[in-house]
Amino acid sequence: MNEKAKILISFDSTTQAMAMEKACKENNIEGRLIPLPKIISAGCGIAWISPIKIKETIKNILSKNNISYKEIYEMEI
Amino acid sequence: MIYLDNSATTMFKPQTVIDSVASYLGHPGNPGRGVNAASLHSGSIVYETREKIAKFFHFNKPSNVIFTSGVTESTNTIVNSIVKSKDHIITSYLDHNSTLRPLYHSGCDLSITNGSINEIEKAFRPNTKAIFLNHCSNVTGEIQDIKAIGKLCKEHNIFFYVDCAQTAGIVDIDITECNISVLGFTGHKALMGMQGIGGFLVNTDVLLEPLKRGGTGIHSFDKDMPQSYPEHMEAGSINVPGIISLNASIEYINNYGLDKIYAHELKLRKILLDYFDTKKNITVYKNDEKPAIGVVAFNIEGLDAAHVSDYLSNEHNIAIRSGALCAPLVLEHYEIESCARVSIGIANTENEINALINALELLNK
Repeated sequence: MNEKAKILISFDSTTQAMAMEKACKENNIEGRLIPLPKIISAGCGIAWISPIKIKETIKNILSKNNISYKEIYEMEI
Repeated sequence: MIYLDNSATTMFKPQTVIDSVASYLGHPGNPGRGVNAASLHSGSIVYETREKIAKFFHFNKPSNVIFTSGVTESTNTIVNSIVKSKDHIITSYLDHNSTLRPLYHSGCDLSITNGSINEIEKAFRPNTKAIFLNHCSNVTGEIQDIKAIGKLCKEHNIFFYVDCAQTAGIVDIDITECNISVLGFTGHKALMGMQGIGGFLVNTDVLLEPLKRGGTGIHSFDKDMPQSYPEHMEAGSINVPGIISLNASIEYINNYGLDKIYAHELKLRKILLDYFDTKKNITVYKNDEKPAIGVVAFNIEGLDAAHVSDYLSNEHNIAIRSGALCAPLVLEHYEIESCARVSIGIANTENEINALINALELLNK
C-alpha cells in the first residue's frame, strides 16, 4: 500500500470540518485537519485527510454523523 | 452587596466559567483561520459549544447555532433579514426595545398584542409574515405560551421569532416542540456567561440575510458570504472567550438542573410577593394568568422608583433596577413612567430577600 496515498475531504463550512475532527477523535480514527491545498481550491479552508486504506471507514463516519462535505478526493500527499 | 438585578446581567458566574475563560486567554487561537494548533483548539471548543447550545434548546443542528454579541444583535439580524416595509408583523407590548425599535425602523405594519394566543390569533391577517415575541417580559416576568403560539404559527405557515433573553437558563425551552423558526438568546443573563456573547438558532430552511459581511476563513475568493451556516451569518472573528464562557456555564446549568433553578426563583419570588400583598401602598405589575420567572416590578405610592433604587443601594447595599427598563409599552400599559424591579437569580438566598423586605419596611414606614 502506498503510504502517501490519502483520502481528502473538503467542506463548505469549517464547522463541518470541526465536526469531522470530533467524530474521528471519538472513534479513534486516524487522520487530521489540514489547510485546503491550492490544487483543490484557491482561498482558505480546512480539509480532512486520512490514509486511503480506511476510505470506507471515513465514508461511514461522514454518513453516520450527518457531516456535510463538498468533495472526496484521493491523492498523494 | 445583595445583588437583585439579574435580569440586567447575572453577577454570579460559576468558578468553572471564570477559570475556563482565564485559561483560554493564556493560549488563544482564531477558529477557522488557518490550521495551526491554537486555531484548531479554539475551533474544537467553539464547535463543542455549538453542540451544547443546540442540545440545551432541544435542537439537532449545531451548525445552525449562530453566535452574535447578544440578543439585540440577534433580533436586529432577524428583523433585517425577514421584515420588509409594509409587511404585517405581530408582536406584543411585553417586548423589549431590542425588538420594538428594529421593527419600528423596518416600516412594517405592526400589530401589538398582549402576547396571549387569543390576541395573537385575532391579529392574524392573510398577509401576516411573522411573529416576534418576547418569551418573558423583563418587567413583569410573565411568560408567553410559546408552545401554543408556535403551533398556531406552524398551522398558518408564519415565521416565529422568540426572544429568550430572560428565560434561557431558567426554564426549559424546546425549539422543536414550540415550532420556533429562530430562537434568540443572550449569554450573560441567566446563562451566566460573559457579556458580549449571545446568538440565535436557525430552525427554518430559509437562508437568512447576514447583518454583516466579511472574512469567514473559507471561500475567500467568493464575492458574497458562504451559503452554509454558521459561516453565512458570522463575518469576522467570533468572540471565542465569550463562547468558552457559555460552554462552561451551560455545563454548570445542566449539572445543577433547570428545574431546580426555576423552583428556587419562584420560591424567593413568592416570599417577596407575599410581603407586597400586605402593603396597600405598593403596586406590583404582574399578570397572574401567566406563569412567571423571578422578576418583580413595583412602585411605592408617592415615591419615585429611582429614589427607591438609590436608597436601597446607598443605605443597604442592595442592587435593584429602576426606570422604564427598555420596555416602554409595558409601562404605558400600566400607565406609569417608571418602576422599581427586583430580579432574582440562582445565587440569591431567602436571607437576602428578607434583607430587602426589611430595608423596604424602613423606607415605607
